[in-house]
Amino acid sequence: MKLNAYFIYGLLACVVLISAPHAEHLPLWVSLVSALLMVWRGYLAYSNKPLPQRGLLFMLMAGSVGGIFITFHTLFGREAGVTLLTLLAALKLMELRSARDATIVLYLACFILITEFFYSQSLFTALLMLVTLMIILATWIHLHSGSLAFVPRIRIAGMILLQAIPLTLILFVLFPRVQGPLWGLPQDAYANTGLDDKMSPGSVGHLALSDEVAFRITFNGTPPRRSQMYWRGPVLWNFDGQTWTPGKSTFGQYKPPRLDNLGLPFDYIVTLEPHNKTWLFTLEMPTHISIPAGFTYDFQVWQKTPVTARLRYTAHSQLSYRANDEEDQRQLQRALMIPMNLNPRAQILAAQWRANSANDEEITRKALTYFNREGFQYTLSPPPLGTNEVDDFLFETRKGFCEHFASSFVFLMRAAGVPARVVTGYQGGEYNDIGNYYIVRQSDAHAWAEVWFSGRGWVRIDPTAAIAPARLEQGMAAALPKTDSTTLPWMSRSHISWLSTLRFNLDSLTNQWNQWVLGYNPERQFAFLTRIGMEEITWQSMAFTLLGGIALLVGLFTFFMLRKLTTLNTDKVQKLYLTFCAKLAKKGIVRGMHEGPQDFAARAAQIKPLLASPIANITELYVALRYTNQIEAGALQRLSRAVAAFKL
Amino acid sequence: MFKNVFSSLRQQFRIWLFRPKIESGSVTLNQRRIFIIPTRQGLGFVCVLLVMLLGDINYNLSLGYVLTFLLGTTALMTMVHTFRNMAQLEIRAGRTESVFSGEMAEFVFHFHNSGKLARYQLRLNSSSGEEIIFDIAARQGREVKLPIPATQRGWLSSGRLTLSTEFPLGLYHAWSYLQFDTRCLVFPKPSPPHPLPQRSAPNGAGKLTVTGDEDFAGLRNYVAGDPLPRIAWKALAREQGLQVKQFSSPQGQELWLEWGHLPALSAEHKLQILTRWILDADAQELQYGLRLPDIELAPGQGALHRLECLRALALCGLPR
Repeated sequence: MKLNAYFIYGLLACVVLISAPHAEHLPLWVSLVSALLMVWRGYLAYSNKPLPQRGLLFMLMAGSVGGIFITFHTLFGREAGVTLLTLLAALKLMELRSARDATIVLYLACFILITEFFYSQSLFTALLMLVTLMIILATWIHLHSGSLAFVPRIRIAGMILLQAIPLTLILFVLFPRVQGPLWGLPQDAYANTGLDDKMSPGSVGHLALSDEVAFRITFNGTPPRRSQMYWRGPVLWNFDGQTWTPGKSTFGQYKPPRLDNLGLPFDYIVTLEPHNKTWLFTLEMPTHISIPAGFTYDFQVWQKTPVTARLRYTAHSQLSYRANDEEDQRQLQRALMIPMNLNPRAQILAAQWRANSANDEEITRKALTYFNREGFQYTLSPPPLGTNEVDDFLFETRKGFCEHFASSFVFLMRAAGVPARVVTGYQGGEYNDIGNYYIVRQSDAHAWAEVWFSGRGWVRIDPTAAIAPARLEQGMAAALPKTDSTTLPWMSRSHISWLSTLRFNLDSLTNQWNQWVLGYNPERQFAFLTRIGMEEITWQSMAFTLLGGIALLVGLFTFFMLRKLTTLNTDKVQKLYLTFCAKLAKKGIVRGMHEGPQDFAARAAQIKPLLASPIANITELYVALRYTNQIEAGALQRLSRAVAAFKL
Repeated sequence: MFKNVFSSLRQQFRIWLFRPKIESGSVTLNQRRIFIIPTRQGLGFVCVLLVMLLGDINYNLSLGYVLTFLLGTTALMTMVHTFRNMAQLEIRAGRTESVFSGEMAEFVFHFHNSGKLARYQLRLNSSSGEEIIFDIAARQGREVKLPIPATQRGWLSSGRLTLSTEFPLGLYHAWSYLQFDTRCLVFPKPSPPHPLPQRSAPNGAGKLTVTGDEDFAGLRNYVAGDPLPRIAWKALAREQGLQVKQFSSPQGQELWLEWGHLPALSAEHKLQILTRWILDADAQELQYGLRLPDIELAPGQGALHRLECLRALALCGLPR
């Protein structure tokens, strides 16, 4: 078939719709080249000019591939692949000569459409996908329907999609899920956002500017107070004067953590966004987790592989505990290590506290009082610190974010001979009363300290609480000075009631979407199928149900679709008359093939003289409706009533 | 050996499956008549879908699964749409006008769509490769003319026609074979102009010379194939255009177009010359008769006579 201008515009619309969402992460030159090619193609179609020579196209192609190689240093992998495909689609538009070329563009469009999900799988992306798919289908139908106008084409495309949606639902629920990956993924497959297992000044502070969701929590039963919600992440032991790192336990034997003095546990479900790290977040202190994961000697929960997909787990935690009160001496030694040659003033201060205190608890109190009384400020934009960063912070700038407080507090404790370590994670969470769950965002990232007291084990001390108690109760926006809070993300700022209702609604929807659509993994599938009553969940039974369901639905659709084709030729008048004849036939008065209505009426009236008048009436009405031009108003209704009333 | 058996079995199956059934009357396409297979593009699309599915599994793309399944089920459902585009169509062969050999015979078929849905991009192909593409609106009929080259005189059958469609996405090819008992009479191709033989007396014994002038009846416009001597040169000189002198053919003077009087030429060539003569004689409104080895048609005049003569020529030596 000849590709007309309108069809070309349709194809252009498809390519624009699939390329536009990629523009955000494509190199600028690629977006520009694609846009130029498409404008050029549109102009050629509009002015009905011939397509460029193959030689020119080949050069463009070679140039594009070369450009991509220079930009990415490879042609494979996710980013380079997507870029290459997008450019190819635009270039193929310049080479549309036959229906086959157009088909290739359409297939390419479908394929590029799926690559968008590398970057976003939000509800909005899904809606955009449906719209794009609709346009692609309508264009595709154009290729095979000749002169069909746009509206009927869209209607057919919509019809096909509407039929496909329930079938897709069956497939989505029942298609046996395999936990990927099937082969090694390129390094760039997942984004790295969120908490790191290193802490230096500013590393937590920069997260405060992100309102990305870290995880969501649903409590089964009463939730703890917000100020009690410490979501434990990496525990940091080693300090080189600049950066805190987890370090390695120098002795080989792994000693499982031990918790005493437990009360009733809190039971909750965490839906963790992928952060490409191996640790999981739980409320302090975790005692149980529903997925295969390990507890370390310092109460972290780890998984063997990084979390690359949204992960859902149930955990139990204790808020009142006694943690490792018989800690290994060597561990306690580790918790006292500081670089001796750094921060001399802090070391002197610590030594003074040690000299003037009866026990470790008193030293801790002194340190907290120090933070509270000596004019420390909680701020997102602390001044830079020098080599002796603890000294600079404690005695010069006195402005810092939670990592500054945690770091200097632990340094002071260690210098004073109290075993201490830094714990990072998240603190707090925003309650969504619409979905009845808590949202923890990156801006809730926090760092605090743990101090070991003999007889009490590891005890959490949050130095930030001493300086900005509002941080724990009401969140960061309340704790920061006014000037700082304007730089905070929109989500973390103070609440406007209707706006917060709206965003809670949105987040609730997103949460459902994440749980049921995006987080539909093998475990979720198993749980769901069990819940809807499938007894034996095996590969075979799933395939059987799947095929059965599909066959049933397709059969149903086919039945309704084909019914439209065979419209019986009998109109209403004919139908009524046939009912009348059937009534007579029951009594043995059968109308012969040769008999006209009037002859038949005459014969019937002879056999049943009592019914002569209704028979004549019906026949007269029928003949009038059937064979005359002038039809009285209401004749059909009268016929209908007469036939209904006709009794033998 | 097995291969041979298998291929012959397959051949047998094909012959049985696609066994020709010659229809008279009207045909309604039902599921027994409609065959459907995926096209090459359809298979290509399956490959695209498989690659997508691998990507979904590997990258755990839930929304990718959704898109892949949507496309997959769309492809599945279009099978029904393709089938439906042809199902329940009523087809009846129409009357076909006779043509001369070398022309295109236009076979007429009446399609009727009694359903509520329009049918798009139906293709009707003849076995010799002619194709016509058409749509049929909902609840409407349509006349479709399929030109088939008439290469030989005699009866031309429409042969086995293929009605097919790939609507809506070109992923499936649905087709049905139609073989109607409709046929088109093909007359021999008229030879280049050839002078008419001389007229003879009614009994056909002696020959009369055509004196011409005495029976002059008037002038009429030139028609291709008119013999040169009859052109009115004087009229042409008076710039009245190319005209031909007409002579009324007096009763009793008749023209016999005889097979036997033609020189020794091939039979087909003879038939071609006779065809030319019939056309010329008819154009000049002469009384003419036709004598062929197997049939003799008494002299006559008019469209019906002409048709009868041409028919005799078309079927000369062939089964009727």
